[in-house]
Amino acid sequence: MATQSSRAAARIMMAPAVFLLLVWMLVPLCMTLWFSVRDYRPLRGGDLGYVGLENFARFVSSSSFWPAIFTTLLIVGGVLLVSIVFGVLLAMLLDQPMWGQGIVRILVIAPFFVMPTVSALVWKNMFMDPTNGVFAHIWRAFGADPVVWLTDVPILSLVLIISWQWLPFATLILLTAFQSLDSEQLEAAEMDGASPLARFFFIALPHLSRAITIVILIQTIFLLAVFAEIFVTTGGAFGTRTLTYLIYQRVLESQNVGLGSAGGVYAIILANIVALFLMRIVGKNLDR
Amino acid sequence: MSLKRVLGATTALTLCTAAAFAQDTTITIATVNNGDMIRMQGYTDQFTAETGIAVEWVTLEENVLRQRVTTDITTNGGQFDIMTIGMYEAPIWGANGWLVPLDGLSEDYNVDDILPAMRAGLSHDGTLFAAPFYGESSMIMYRTDLMEAAGLEMPDAPTWEFIREAAAAMDDPENGVNGICLRGKPGWGEGGAFINVTANSFGARVVDENWQAQLDSEEWANALNFYVNLMNDYGPDGYATNGFNENLSLFQQGLCGMWIDATVAASFVTNPDDSEVADSVGFALAPNAEGVDRRSNWLWAWALAIPAGTQQSDAALQFIEWATSADYIELVAENEGWANVPPGARTSLYENPNYAEVPFAQMTLDSILAADPNNPTVDPVPYTGIQFMAIPEWAGFWTEVSQEFSNAYAGQQTVEEALARAQDIVNEAMEAAGYQ
Repeated sequence: MATQSSRAAARIMMAPAVFLLLVWMLVPLCMTLWFSVRDYRPLRGGDLGYVGLENFARFVSSSSFWPAIFTTLLIVGGVLLVSIVFGVLLAMLLDQPMWGQGIVRILVIAPFFVMPTVSALVWKNMFMDPTNGVFAHIWRAFGADPVVWLTDVPILSLVLIISWQWLPFATLILLTAFQSLDSEQLEAAEMDGASPLARFFFIALPHLSRAITIVILIQTIFLLAVFAEIFVTTGGAFGTRTLTYLIYQRVLESQNVGLGSAGGVYAIILANIVALFLMRIVGKNLDR
Repeated sequence: MSLKRVLGATTALTLCTAAAFAQDTTITIATVNNGDMIRMQGYTDQFTAETGIAVEWVTLEENVLRQRVTTDITTNGGQFDIMTIGMYEAPIWGANGWLVPLDGLSEDYNVDDILPAMRAGLSHDGTLFAAPFYGESSMIMYRTDLMEAAGLEMPDAPTWEFIREAAAAMDDPENGVNGICLRGKPGWGEGGAFINVTANSFGARVVDENWQAQLDSEEWANALNFYVNLMNDYGPDGYATNGFNENLSLFQQGLCGMWIDATVAASFVTNPDDSEVADSVGFALAPNAEGVDRRSNWLWAWALAIPAGTQQSDAALQFIEWATSADYIELVAENEGWANVPPGARTSLYENPNYAEVPFAQMTLDSILAADPNNPTVDPVPYTGIQFMAIPEWAGFWTEVSQEFSNAYAGQQTVEEALARAQDIVNEAMEAAGYQ
């Protein structure tokens, strides 16, 4: 047990780091709040004065706001679904003893190290291009008309691209959880006559629940801010404009920093609501 | 260590130090990933050898470049010593005092040689703020072999109806050939620019003299309906995501019967190293609708400018002089032939008998001269610019409008819905900016 003096020493030693972190977070947050109540348009001469809550009202009343929220949640939900379902399956597969296991694992994890812009460009130009893309060639080989991925099924395309990047992360976490599963328990169930499906649903899946919770929590936080993949593929068109993208359009394309900052405040609120909700509902798993 | 080795090492070290000193000055240039710019980067070593000024490039896709440089200039970021900007930005930024006026250019440079349309478009109150690296309008590029096989002859100044007829005749889906390839990619300078000039050629305008949006007009409906039907019938799959570079690639692969886009593309589609159809490309003026006195051609220059915040304005000016001079044009001509020089910027180029032999030279000049930024539409408008309105808000709201159009190209909404939304977006922007 720590003595009082060692606790005091720990506090003193941690203070600079905590202070830096606070400043790191607080300065941008305060600036966002400050800009959100001002009419700040750099191309029109900069700060044009205090406007109260006008930016907030305008941001929400824009016809793009609710569709953007809906798209954001759709993409987050889609990617989570894909990465958890396939993450569990891949983790089960990788848990089996096989030849060249190390190399296979590295290959599965590799997409996580590719930059989002690079992977999105590769998917867009190499796979999904309706004329020269790999998928188009496969479709044509079977005599079918190629799918125009980014315009016909834009959300699905984005979910595919983003999932490809996040699947390794989910797989990695779930694989670690699988490896800690007690094999004797499984063997006992098998001897009692439990089917493979029953063993999966009643033993493996409950064992994975903590890992799945961690995946959902961490990925949701990152996915709420997904941007690069949309930027290089659809440019926010075809119903793929997320809240982050809308904020980007307001701040950088329209050069309206005030309006965009109000959007930023909404994004912070949304992220906190989602985080609170997740901590309450799924986070309970972590306490067990 | 032998004496020889010591001497060798010392000499090498001295040379390195000398080189380091010689390249004391380094300028950073932001530019667009268009062919002529990429070519210029290949010759940069010569500039460095002549002046001792080292050059670092930041090469970006058009949409990305615009946002990067705009953010840098409005926040006084100081990341770049030279920015590649266009006719939209130069006058607005110049007026705001964000660019260094280019009045220090030497006499040898001969500012008067710059084509008047380009010079005017890059100036504010008579002061030049950016030097044109190349200038362009838009025109029709078409496959002469397919045209002949279809039994048609392209007039020098065709109408949209003829273009539709020709597209139908050349369309050959079984062999992957599309009758026509046009831009549909979202972004004000991509699909947004093209649909805007198309609307001009149908007699439409974005706003009236009181800055009231006009996208609910019959002319806009005609233009957009015509465009969507034309492209759905004879355009490539997924044209809603195709911009300049995507269409260039399709045309070079022989997959387009016609392509209406920047005149600067002519040198790329006729270059046998890159284009499979190099020897069978013809050119014509951009089309108009029957009876409308405006064509669907724009006016643009990619130009080099010096942001006011730079510490290296002298070195930057030297580079601009080098890159946009008549000497640079000759340097490229010597190494790669006259067809590959940056076009559309200097009068002397079009007076040069060598250049006159280039098949697209005259059509490029004619297209540039046919574009009038002061009278871009049939009915009067309160702004200058052809494919854009020269106001700071344009890039923001027209990008959103172009997204609505792209959604219509992709079949996610009807033309009427797209126009109704566009009308709201424009009115909202005009009101917020204080025009209405």
